[in-house]
Amino acid sequence: MKVDHALRALDGILRREMLRSLRQRARLFSAMVRPLVWLAIFAAGFRSVLGLSITPPYQTYVLYEVYVVPGLAAMMLLFHAMASSLAMVYDREMGSMRLLLTAPLPRWYLLAARLLASVIVGLPLVYLFLFVARFWDVRPPIMGYVAVLPALVLSGLMLGAFGLLVSSMSTQMENFAGVMNFVIFPMFFASTALYPIWRLAEAGPVLATIAAWNPFSSAVELIRFALYLRFDMVSMLVVVACLAAFFLAAVAGYDPGRGLWSRRGGEG
Amino acid sequence: MNALAIENLSHSFGTRQVLQNVSFTVAEGRMCILLGRNGAGKTTLFSLITGLYYARTGLVRVFDMAMQANPSAALAQMGVVFQLPTLDLDLTAGENLRYHAALHGLPTKLSKARSREELSRLEVLDRIDDRTCALSGGQRRRVEIARALMHGPRLLLLDEPTTGLDVPGRRALEQHVRDLCRERGIAVLWATHFLEEVAADDDVVVLDRGRVCWAGPADRIAPELGVGSVAEAFALLTGSP
Repeated sequence: MKVDHALRALDGILRREMLRSLRQRARLFSAMVRPLVWLAIFAAGFRSVLGLSITPPYQTYVLYEVYVVPGLAAMMLLFHAMASSLAMVYDREMGSMRLLLTAPLPRWYLLAARLLASVIVGLPLVYLFLFVARFWDVRPPIMGYVAVLPALVLSGLMLGAFGLLVSSMSTQMENFAGVMNFVIFPMFFASTALYPIWRLAEAGPVLATIAAWNPFSSAVELIRFALYLRFDMVSMLVVVACLAAFFLAAVAGYDPGRGLWSRRGGEG
Repeated sequence: MNALAIENLSHSFGTRQVLQNVSFTVAEGRMCILLGRNGAGKTTLFSLITGLYYARTGLVRVFDMAMQANPSAALAQMGVVFQLPTLDLDLTAGENLRYHAALHGLPTKLSKARSREELSRLEVLDRIDDRTCALSGGQRRRVEIARALMHGPRLLLLDEPTTGLDVPGRRALEQHVRDLCRERGIAVLWATHFLEEVAADDDVVVLDRGRVCWAGPADRIAPELGVGSVAEAFALLTGSP
């Protein structure tokens, strides 16, 4: 694989993702509105009923809005990853995935490029949300917006790799409703995105254990700590390990010798 | 040299055998028609040639490069038009072509020049800035062929490219590809079930239920089988009415 060829392909994939994203305005709009609805309505309601003790990285009592913003940023990445995964299944059904997979580059590289492009396209919206959240008095240190970038990229890559894995196992778009109900929503709700783990432990130890082992919780905590200029080593290790595992499994899923495609019939 | 050589290729989906010991060659600069009814295994064969499926039994060689051993080098020599449309409908015709060029490592300047050149050759340059969702079926097919030619392939694979086109559209597309074959010396493998797409100076491979039942120059198929036309020969070989 030549470096200039690989970079041009990455550039092409990134441009395509950006153009598609900009032209699907309804998707862009809903991606921005979703966390704001959570922040404006859900968080406002929970603020009065949910007390929060001092938990790291916060050094004082915080409003529920302050607690929930990193979780909502991670939620944006999660839903963006799933939308990207759905787009891959759509591309496969519509045939355009064939074009990518018959490019003269290693398949792992093509999938990695697509994953990276998807994360890069999703990041500006997360930043826009973080800045809009300042109107709700969620004001992390200014340097926190810089420090959170690697955490957002790593978390986005991990969730994107998970979406890639899901897309490699989905035979048709209709299956995605099941994925949303049985994978994405439990992943989001059984995490530390909306409630701290001690609150979940009060509800039940099983739920707290699930949340502790949920890689999405690690993504949330990595973002939360980075936003307040703290580093959560355990969360980072979990995110990196899950990224590697999900990506390797996705590459195997798209392998022509082992993947779903080679076991399933063609058109004729 | 052969542009494409298929040697004892077999493939199955679970217990369903789709291709059995398929062998044939496509010579450099020749137009080869892969003739078969629906379900004969043409699309599976294309998927194996392009590496979408892994060939466990048999070999695919593109200009003497084994697809299984060096897929990137083999794919760099190929231009492919799949049976299903593969254009990105959110992008313009030009953007679709430049995306393909980027995947093949072409620099931006060359990619822009070549996209205009190929679209002009296929008489769709006036639609370069239109989103492909606004193009007719025939125009989309031409854009797909233009895209497949962007990186200067020496072997062009077309899987039922005229499906869904009207008769004038089919004839025009066929003529464009024949011109390419003659002018640029590109080898073409054209899969179809339309018998009228076979010309006397083509090579023909007849595929039926996953097996090659005849391969050779088109003008020899009827005399060798003792019938009057390609259509009669095809009916005889495949048992179709």
